[in-house]
Amino acid sequence: MSFLNSVVLLFAAAGAYGTALMFGTIGEILTEKSGNLNLGVEGIMYMGGIFGLIAPNMYEMAVGDSASPFVAIILAILASFAVGAIAGALFSFITVTLRANQNVTGLAMTTFGTGVAKFAGELRRMQVGGYVTLSNKMKFAFDKHFMPDFLKKIPVIGKILFDQSEFFYLAIIAAVLLHLFLTKTKTGLYLRSVGESPVTADAAGINITKYKYLATMIGGGISAIGGMVYTMTTAGCVWIEASLAGTGWLAVALVIFCTWRPINGTWSSVLFGALMIMYLRIIIKGFPIELYKILPYVVTIVVLVITSMKNIKDKQPPASLGLNYFREDR
Amino acid sequence: MQTNCAIELKNIRKTFGSVVANDEINLQINKGEILCLLGENGSGKTTLMNMLSGIYQPDSGEIYKEGSLVSIRSPRDAYALGIGMIHQHYHLVDVFTAAQNIILGMDDQKLDLSAVNDKVKEICDRYGFHVDPKKKVYDMSVSQKQTIEIVKVLYRGAEILILDEPTAVLTPQETDKLFAVLRNMKKDNKAIVLITHKLAEVLAVSDKVAILRKGKYIGIVETKDATAQSLTDMMVGRAVKLNINRPVYDNPHDKLVVNGLTVVDNEGVSRLDNVSFTAKAGEILGVAGIAGSGQRELLESITGLYPIKSGSIKFVNEDGSTNELVGKTPMQIRQAGVGMGFVPEDRLGMGLVGSMGMTSNMMLRSWRNGRSIFFNKKSPEALANKVWKNLEVVTPSTDFPVRRMSGGNIQKVLVGREIASRPPVLLTAYAVRGLDINTSYAIYNLLTDQKMSGSAVMYVGEELDVLLELCDRILVLCGGKVSGIVDARKTTKEEIGLLMTTVGGHEGGEQ
Repeated sequence: MSFLNSVVLLFAAAGAYGTALMFGTIGEILTEKSGNLNLGVEGIMYMGGIFGLIAPNMYEMAVGDSASPFVAIILAILASFAVGAIAGALFSFITVTLRANQNVTGLAMTTFGTGVAKFAGELRRMQVGGYVTLSNKMKFAFDKHFMPDFLKKIPVIGKILFDQSEFFYLAIIAAVLLHLFLTKTKTGLYLRSVGESPVTADAAGINITKYKYLATMIGGGISAIGGMVYTMTTAGCVWIEASLAGTGWLAVALVIFCTWRPINGTWSSVLFGALMIMYLRIIIKGFPIELYKILPYVVTIVVLVITSMKNIKDKQPPASLGLNYFREDR
Repeated sequence: MQTNCAIELKNIRKTFGSVVANDEINLQINKGEILCLLGENGSGKTTLMNMLSGIYQPDSGEIYKEGSLVSIRSPRDAYALGIGMIHQHYHLVDVFTAAQNIILGMDDQKLDLSAVNDKVKEICDRYGFHVDPKKKVYDMSVSQKQTIEIVKVLYRGAEILILDEPTAVLTPQETDKLFAVLRNMKKDNKAIVLITHKLAEVLAVSDKVAILRKGKYIGIVETKDATAQSLTDMMVGRAVKLNINRPVYDNPHDKLVVNGLTVVDNEGVSRLDNVSFTAKAGEILGVAGIAGSGQRELLESITGLYPIKSGSIKFVNEDGSTNELVGKTPMQIRQAGVGMGFVPEDRLGMGLVGSMGMTSNMMLRSWRNGRSIFFNKKSPEALANKVWKNLEVVTPSTDFPVRRMSGGNIQKVLVGREIASRPPVLLTAYAVRGLDINTSYAIYNLLTDQKMSGSAVMYVGEELDVLLELCDRILVLCGGKVSGIVDARKTTKEEIGLLMTTVGGHEGGEQ
């Protein structure tokens, strides 16, 4: 019982970090479905993390005590989404319009994004003269576990599913919407065709450039929200520049782990979140912490090996992932 | 102007850098007619048609549809004008179903797959083919994929269909089926353009033949007035002898002795079953068979690329001693002093590195030479220049990426490299696939030269006429078994055809 209890507590706690991962993963799935492999998620989530904090911070400082938590949350979402979308647009411009190598561009985007985020964080810290943070009222609003108590008290699943912040549910809604978009709508079908075989899509009269830009921008925006969610919930609305490190890379790994399916992205994000904090909750004597921390990556590699060994056609990455398309180059 | 004119091209010109792909082309495509576009490799046929399908834009010139000037800026414009092209490399999304592929890019359509299925069925019934709309493309055969491409184009209401080498990958039966479909479309008053190299097909199916040579329009003839010889002459611009020179080497002796070779693939299916034969120096041994009868596995087994279950492959040295090749890697085979040239089926996949130039590709064969840590560029450079000049490869320089050359030129580079070392054994798989007649003959002559210099040449081919004229003996494979080894000078097409379909050549053979 006590073991079960600690597992439940582990997953309940994993929900918070898992939410950030969920946004990062869902955004990257959307991006990759267009055939763009944006390895800049790490940088994008970093930028989302700081700008998602600066926006409500500025708002609260401008308005004072009468600041509405609702407006603050909306501002945080919009600011992080916007910066992610701008990064996505930049990535698309470099890879789609200028046709540069996607891997190199993505890595550069990571360096650029973390740099911009650290610079912006430091600048804001100097402006406000101390930690960039929000009032306690705001902090509570961002990490409000608003579900009624009777749901939270359901054994086992209550704590895991209902004792979570509003962003957890937003992320699940986003995943379901993306799933429906990709599988049930025509636009989703076209987007997938762009990622699978741009030649085919082009010959069918689909505007490759438009789809790639839009998917990468919206995907980047969603990923950036993940960074904001991390800062505003797990990190308690305080900008600590090192704490986000690795989250974006984990999201890239998660996309592979969940075989490009948003619905799988939800539970696997929580699972990865759990693997990340397992060393705090389930302690096995003599098992070094460092080994705990690599578990998510080990699991990803195992999944990658299994899916490629089985060679299931439906679970492969989009066929033209990472490749640029130019109509006259054939 | 006749009323049945569907598309008219006037003074179309298209250049790629300094290369003129199409030079002032005039062409008229009529409804209810099958027009064959004939020309050597790189004569600009596909480029011309790509301007109709919106892939390329002409530099100058006009396109008229039913008399009115149109501009085709994208594939979407082409569809709007009722022009549909079936490309040589299929444009299909592997992980989609047939129906999903068919409706791709059609904006005025709801994602109502049952309505799509009904319309697909109607189209299939009208022209006489079969499509399972729910089947995923990755589960389809080549011919099924082609069918999807055709249905896709018809679904969009295309009145003008362009097919780029549609029969290159089809079996003879599938080709007949395709031609039946094309004839049905012709009856339906559609305009059909067929790009092909195979003269027999041109004569069998078309009404008119338009000929391009080196980007220029040469002329148009009625098929009923044409013969294979007259078309070839127009295509290459001079009279070409259609028979292959087949000299006899005075002293053929055993070079490669294969005994009881059996291989199985990943799925445990037997690909070669107890195959035994001897390839002789000074002889071209043809390998015939229906596609997928084990030809590829045979060549890859000999070169050490395919795992062998049982059997032996012996290479006979000059002094009469033998080397066992089974169990050796390609590297070990080479180290054992066995010289082998291999022209694989997949030129850019297995043969050459597409993004590198001729010189670098030549070096791939000789990188182990020398002891310095820096490579020596002189000898590959010299070889590249030799191949460039002797085989008339069309390329701006020896550093030009081979990927961007035309198919025939790529093949010349590959064959040129493989024969440069005068290997005692030369293996070729579909060496002339997709090549025009002139280039094909150049390749045949190269192979014959190899034979006369004492190499054992193996030629895996698909055109029986060529096998009969080029080879000394023909090994016929049927379902991975040796169906028969015949003397090419004495056998007939019918005999080989029978051997290809039944082991041993008689009905219900000893399977």
